[in-house]
Amino acid sequence: MSILDYTATTLAAKIKAGEISAIEATKAVLEQIEKTEELYNCYVTIDKDGALKQAEEIQSKIESGELVSPLAGVPVAIKDNICTEGMLTTCSSKILGNFVPTFSAEVVENLKKAGAVIIGKTNMDEFAMGSTTETSAYGVTRNPKNPEHVPGGSSGGSAAAVAANECFYALGSDTGGSIRQPAGYCGVVGMKPTYSTVSRYGLIAYGSSLDQIGPLCKDVTDCATILDIISSHDTKDSTSVGKKTDYTKALVNDVKGMKIGIPRDYFGDGLDSEVKKAVLNAAKVLESRGAILEEFDLGLVEYAIPAYYTIAAAEASSNLERFDGIKYGYRTEEFSDLHNMYKKTRSEGFGAEVKRRIMLGSFVLSSGYYDAYYLKALKVKALIKKAFDDAFSKYDVILGPVAPTTAPKLGESLSDPIKMYLGDIYTISINLAGLPAISLPCGIASNGLPIGLQLIGDCYKENNIIQTAYTYEQAGKED
Amino acid sequence: MANIISDETIDYVGILAKLELSAEEKEQAKKDMESMLDYIDKLNELDTTGVEPMSHVFQVNNVFREDVVTNGDDRENILKNAPEEKNGMFNVPKTFD
Repeated sequence: MSILDYTATTLAAKIKAGEISAIEATKAVLEQIEKTEELYNCYVTIDKDGALKQAEEIQSKIESGELVSPLAGVPVAIKDNICTEGMLTTCSSKILGNFVPTFSAEVVENLKKAGAVIIGKTNMDEFAMGSTTETSAYGVTRNPKNPEHVPGGSSGGSAAAVAANECFYALGSDTGGSIRQPAGYCGVVGMKPTYSTVSRYGLIAYGSSLDQIGPLCKDVTDCATILDIISSHDTKDSTSVGKKTDYTKALVNDVKGMKIGIPRDYFGDGLDSEVKKAVLNAAKVLESRGAILEEFDLGLVEYAIPAYYTIAAAEASSNLERFDGIKYGYRTEEFSDLHNMYKKTRSEGFGAEVKRRIMLGSFVLSSGYYDAYYLKALKVKALIKKAFDDAFSKYDVILGPVAPTTAPKLGESLSDPIKMYLGDIYTISINLAGLPAISLPCGIASNGLPIGLQLIGDCYKENNIIQTAYTYEQAGKED
Repeated sequence: MANIISDETIDYVGILAKLELSAEEKEQAKKDMESMLDYIDKLNELDTTGVEPMSHVFQVNNVFREDVVTNGDDRENILKNAPEEKNGMFNVPKTFD
C-alpha cells in the first residue's frame, strides 16, 4: 500500500506514531503531482518549496509534542477563492491573476494551527460560477476517473486533486452545490456545513447569503475530523454563529431508528435511471441497518433554481463591484477616464459566465424590477425553507441523489446555461435553506463514472448525516 | 410570457454593472437575459401574498464591538497588489478637472 492510499486521519496517525514523516507524505504528494498534474490540471498554484518547508517545521513540532491535532502533518489543497497570505489567490479569474493576499482566511488559520501542510491552490469555475470547472481562466480540470469528462464544479480542482491523490484532502466552497456535485462526480466525500458554521472571513464572496466552506476528502471519518478543525466562531464574520459540535462523536456505525425521508420529487423526470437505482439501493442498505424509510413530497423543487439564480446573481453583482482595477488585480492598459477604466478593466478581466451573472444581478436589483424579481425570489426562498422545516419535523435525514447524471463530457455544458443550471436541482435548495448536506459515493455507473448519494440534515444537525453516511460507508466494507 | 430586452435596457444594465459589451456580446447578453427572465418568471406561479422576504435564514442580530484597531499597518504589502501606486497611495485616473 502506497502512502497516497491512506486517508488523512490514517496518515496523521502514522505520522504521530513515527511510521511516516510529514516530509515523506509531502514528497509523495509532490511526486504524484509531477506524474498526473499535466493531464488533470487540478491546481492553479503549487507551492512545492513552501510545502516542504512547512512539512519540516510541522514534523519537528509533532516530534516535540507541540502539535497533537488529528490531522497534523497532512498535505492539503485549498480552493483558489480562499485567501492565503503570501500565496497567489486568483479565483481562477484573469482579474485576480496577480493577487497575493496580505492575510489568510480564518479556515486557513485554523488549518495552520492544526499543522496542515498547504500544497497549493486548486482550480475552480471563475469566481465559483459554474458547474464544470470549465469557466476557469487557467484551463479546464479533467476528471481523474475519466479525463474526457468534467470533474464538476465549481470546486472541481479540489475534488479532482483528492481523487487523483494530488493531496490528502481539500477545502472547497459551496454556494449551490459546488462542493457536493464535484465530490459526487469524482467519487470522493464532500460536505457543505450549515450556513454560519465555518467562517467566511477571507473567502472571496460570490453569494454571501449562500456561500459556505467545507471539506472534500476520502471518507466520512476524514470529513468529520476536518469539520472539527475548520468550524469556529469568528467575530470577523458577522454571520458566524460558532455552535461548537464534536463531529467525530457522530462516527457511529448504527442507524437504528433513524428516520430517513425520501422526497418523491427528487426521483422524477430528468434523473438518470442508473443514478436512481444506485441511490435507492443505498437507502435499502440503510434500511437493512435499522433506518426507517418513508417517501414524501417535499414540494417546490422546480422553483429552487430560478429563485437561486436570482438571489445569487443579485449578490454576485454587488460583491464583484470591488474589482475595479484600483486596489488589486488587473487594470486595463489604455483608458480615457475613470469610468472608462472601470468598464474596460472589468470587461477584459471577467469571463463570459461571470459577466452574464453580473448583468442579470444588476437587472434584478434595478429600480422597477427589484420587487418583481429580487423580492419575489426572497419570498420563494422563505417558502422553500418552510418546506424543509416541515420535512425535518418528521425526519432526521433526507436522502436523494447529488446530481441527475454522472459527470458530463468536457465541452458539452457551457453552450446552454439553463440546461447546466438544471444539473444543480438537487443541491441548490439546500443553500437557500442554509442546511448541511454531505455527498458520498454510492456506486459506479456503466460508463465507469461515480454516482453520488446526498444526505441532507436540519440546521446544525450535521451529526445525523455524518452518522448515517458513516454507517452506509461501513456497510460497504462489511458486505 | 416571453421577455424582450431592449437595446436601451441592456445599455442601462451595462452602466449599472460597469461592463462595456461589444455589439456581439450585447446581442448575446440580450438573449441570455431574456431566456433567464422567462425561466425566472416561473416563480410567478407561486402565490406569495403575505410571505415575508427572507434575506437571512437564521434569526441574527447585529453584532457590536468596540471600535478598536486590531490589525497592524500593512500598507506596503497592500500596495504591492495595486495596479498603480504613488507616494504610498493608490494612484487613480483623474476624476475631475
